[in-house]
Amino acid sequence: MSGTSVEEIKKHVRTYILVFVALMALTIVTVAVSYLHLSVGWAIAVALFIATIKGSLVAGFFMHLISEKKLIYATLILTFVFFIALMILPTSGYLDKVVK
Amino acid sequence: MQIPYTVSLRPDTGLFNAKLGVWLFLASEVMLFGALFSSYVFLRVAAPEWPHGYDLLNVPLALLNTIVLISSSVTMVMSWASLMMKDFVKYKRYMGLTILCGLIFLVVKAFEYGEKFAVGITPADSTFMAIYFTLTGLHGLHVVGGIIVNTYFWGPGSKMWKREPERFTNRVEVAGLYWHFVDLVWIFLFPVLYLL
Amino acid sequence: MDHVVTAGHDVHAAAHHEEELGFWRKYVFSQDHKVIGIQYGVTALLFLFIGFSLMLMMRWQLAYPGQPLPSEGFILFPAAIGVITLLVGRFKPSLTTLVGVLFLGTAALVWYLVSDETLMPGGIMLPELYNSFGAMHGTIMVFLGVVPLAVGAFGNYIVPLQIGAPDMAFPKLNMASYWCYFAGGVIMLVSFFLPGGAANSGWTSYAPLSVTATVGQTYWLLGMVMLITSSLLGSVNFIVTIIQLRTNGLTFFRLPFFVWAQFVTSFLLLLAFPPLEAAGIMQLMDRLAGTSFFMPSGLVVSGQILDISGGGSPLLWQHLFWFLAHPEVYVLILPALGIVAEIIANNTRKPIWGYRALVYSVIFLGFMSFIVWAHHMFLTGMGTVISAFFQTTTMIISIPSVIILTALFLSLWGGSIRFNTPMLFALAFLPMFGIGGLTGLPLGLAPTNIHLHDTYYVIGHFHYVVAPGTIFALFAGIYYWFPKLTGRTMNETLGKIHFWGSFVCMNFIFMPMFIQGLAGVSRRLYDGGEQYAHAQGVLYLNEVMSVAAWVLAIFQVFFIINLFRSMKRGKETSDNPWSATTLEWATPTPPPHGNFTKIPEVYRSPYEYSVQGHSSDFTPQFEPEKA
Repeated sequence: MSGTSVEEIKKHVRTYILVFVALMALTIVTVAVSYLHLSVGWAIAVALFIATIKGSLVAGFFMHLISEKKLIYATLILTFVFFIALMILPTSGYLDKVVK
Repeated sequence: MQIPYTVSLRPDTGLFNAKLGVWLFLASEVMLFGALFSSYVFLRVAAPEWPHGYDLLNVPLALLNTIVLISSSVTMVMSWASLMMKDFVKYKRYMGLTILCGLIFLVVKAFEYGEKFAVGITPADSTFMAIYFTLTGLHGLHVVGGIIVNTYFWGPGSKMWKREPERFTNRVEVAGLYWHFVDLVWIFLFPVLYLL
Repeated sequence: MDHVVTAGHDVHAAAHHEEELGFWRKYVFSQDHKVIGIQYGVTALLFLFIGFSLMLMMRWQLAYPGQPLPSEGFILFPAAIGVITLLVGRFKPSLTTLVGVLFLGTAALVWYLVSDETLMPGGIMLPELYNSFGAMHGTIMVFLGVVPLAVGAFGNYIVPLQIGAPDMAFPKLNMASYWCYFAGGVIMLVSFFLPGGAANSGWTSYAPLSVTATVGQTYWLLGMVMLITSSLLGSVNFIVTIIQLRTNGLTFFRLPFFVWAQFVTSFLLLLAFPPLEAAGIMQLMDRLAGTSFFMPSGLVVSGQILDISGGGSPLLWQHLFWFLAHPEVYVLILPALGIVAEIIANNTRKPIWGYRALVYSVIFLGFMSFIVWAHHMFLTGMGTVISAFFQTTTMIISIPSVIILTALFLSLWGGSIRFNTPMLFALAFLPMFGIGGLTGLPLGLAPTNIHLHDTYYVIGHFHYVVAPGTIFALFAGIYYWFPKLTGRTMNETLGKIHFWGSFVCMNFIFMPMFIQGLAGVSRRLYDGGEQYAHAQGVLYLNEVMSVAAWVLAIFQVFFIINLFRSMKRGKETSDNPWSATTLEWATPTPPPHGNFTKIPEVYRSPYEYSVQGHSSDFTPQFEPEKA
């Protein structure tokens, strides 16, 4: 980011404040939803959906992932694939019970 | 010969060394926390019953901590932006706030733990409490690490600004990437442990 | 520093700077990748020796169960090597002398272990000690021996040279990486002196056995956390170095295959190790904080139901452990393949056959290695659906392995082969690794795995991959790159004795294991199977294997003498004694701080041997095209 001008940074700063407001709002929403005591399935879906949006905001704007170099994207995609494997495969051992 | 691309960008990758380095480090951190989240799912799916986090844990305190940590992320990115605008005084202020937020987070966390221990709740109580203490404890250690790094760049490390301003800005950016990641982990920890 | 003109000035500055560094900064807390590489190498070789010594004692128990151990022999062997090394070094303050003292230390460790009456009453090894030796043999060989030697030593020393870099990208992290490894090693060694001895739940540390084990297991976990930190720091450093510090003209498809192998290896270490770290933290919690991550409800130990909350799963540990430990297998193999490729190209005097196929295979191999782990767990009752998935991926991963081995075999075709010591080790690697790989196929299929699981067949299989496989490749690498480190070659006669002795002994140790395994002898039996009817027909093999192991140990003395003797008295050589093409041979010998006298430029692919119309039979990467 060494070539970025002061003007551009000022624009960035406005974005950061907007993102901050959005994060706060989403935090309130996710807590509010938890008081509705939805069924477990829905609660997980909603909570993870909101958390993913918040996470994407942080990664996208604070960590500048929205305009990053290809190499970083490649590394993260690779990591994401293995992350998914790690999340899904161990638990898929319970599939036998579902199939039955 | 000097090691190249510590400050300048390598033309074909468009990156300086430390930025690639920290992203790789964060990739491994994703796998570290990923394994713990995966364990959480694995244990929860197998459990005959699983408690609601909000019945056992203090949601208002955690909400406060969420707000504190998100705020610290904003001040962190503002401290970097200040350096980009060559405003060292503002940098000091924002970085100071970031460190302060980190410390507040830890104090609140300590209260939360204390509250549990006071009524005799320990990690040994149940798998839920085990995963709660392990995940938040490990996250807390990451906060401690971040505070140490940030304090260094706020205090003695900031002397570099006079000699090599560009390199120092890079360092703060890289420290920021780590700090945002710690925030990111909490954003997932909070609903998973407290709200489900 | 883009200009060659200024580079000369920098070298001068660096050389001047180096003179100012004191002894500690230069040799102990050094940030130079070459010194760190040597530190890694020496430490790892010593750990290999310690791990090997444990096995030599276990083999006595297997061959002659219940008979008192001739402990003097096992103490005198490392002591004698220590004295020989000290004599070679003439007691002057040098690396040789230090290593000699450390060999004496090893002898003292063995002496301590065999003289403990609670573990060896009357010189007879108790099952607890046998288990502890088994667990520590595996841990030391894998995590403290082979990986630090293959990645820490060879990777550190060779990779920056082969890509034309002045050093690693982060020299301070590099130093931290070595000292984390060192601390991990010390913690593991200290655990031998604890009440109850070192960890004794196998190198896999399966729960719940490991959770209820003696305090040595806690040290094992702490040691592993240090080692994981070390390899994390190392792998970040390697990846950044290879991507960012390649010199001008060195595109990815001009990288020597060794660098490719290290590159993929680093990604495996980076992304596969953290889950084991997480699992280690959870096991520490289970042991210290009384949690039940890996402890099922209603667990009965010694007739009593354990007072724990329960609800955990032993299977979870296995998943997380093998999520690391299967990629770890490729961490053990890939650098070895890289070394063998370099040496084969150099000594056949022709390009590697199918360089691009090799590169694509090694990338695919690295990728697939993350999704085959549960083929270690077919007998856990984890489910048939997941079992089918992992059998399929296991069959797929054998394809790139076969491509790599085939390409290396075909590289020999029509070459005018130089049979020097490094080449002999590299050539022996091919069939040995082939045997190891092919015997793995029946283990990757659940129906045959049911019969072979946890028998000596498994031990034979993976030792063929790692011992006469990887370790031979590492020996080849030491003989091959020794002239670059010292400016002298190692003695060929001693080298050949070392090679032929090791080659014959290795096969006498590991081939009988397949026979025992097919007969159904379990790998964990402390008496070698004496009590089992089905093992009676193959019991005599225990003695064959043990004697072969002891003879193998004696042949390693030739290597140790050769290594230290050649440092001072080997034949002096030029900067490029093997007439090789890659960049590490463009540096002065030994390479100074900063490596190159001017920034090298790369003009061609790595293995341009015997190019038609060229005056010599090799065209180095760094030689400019003639106008």
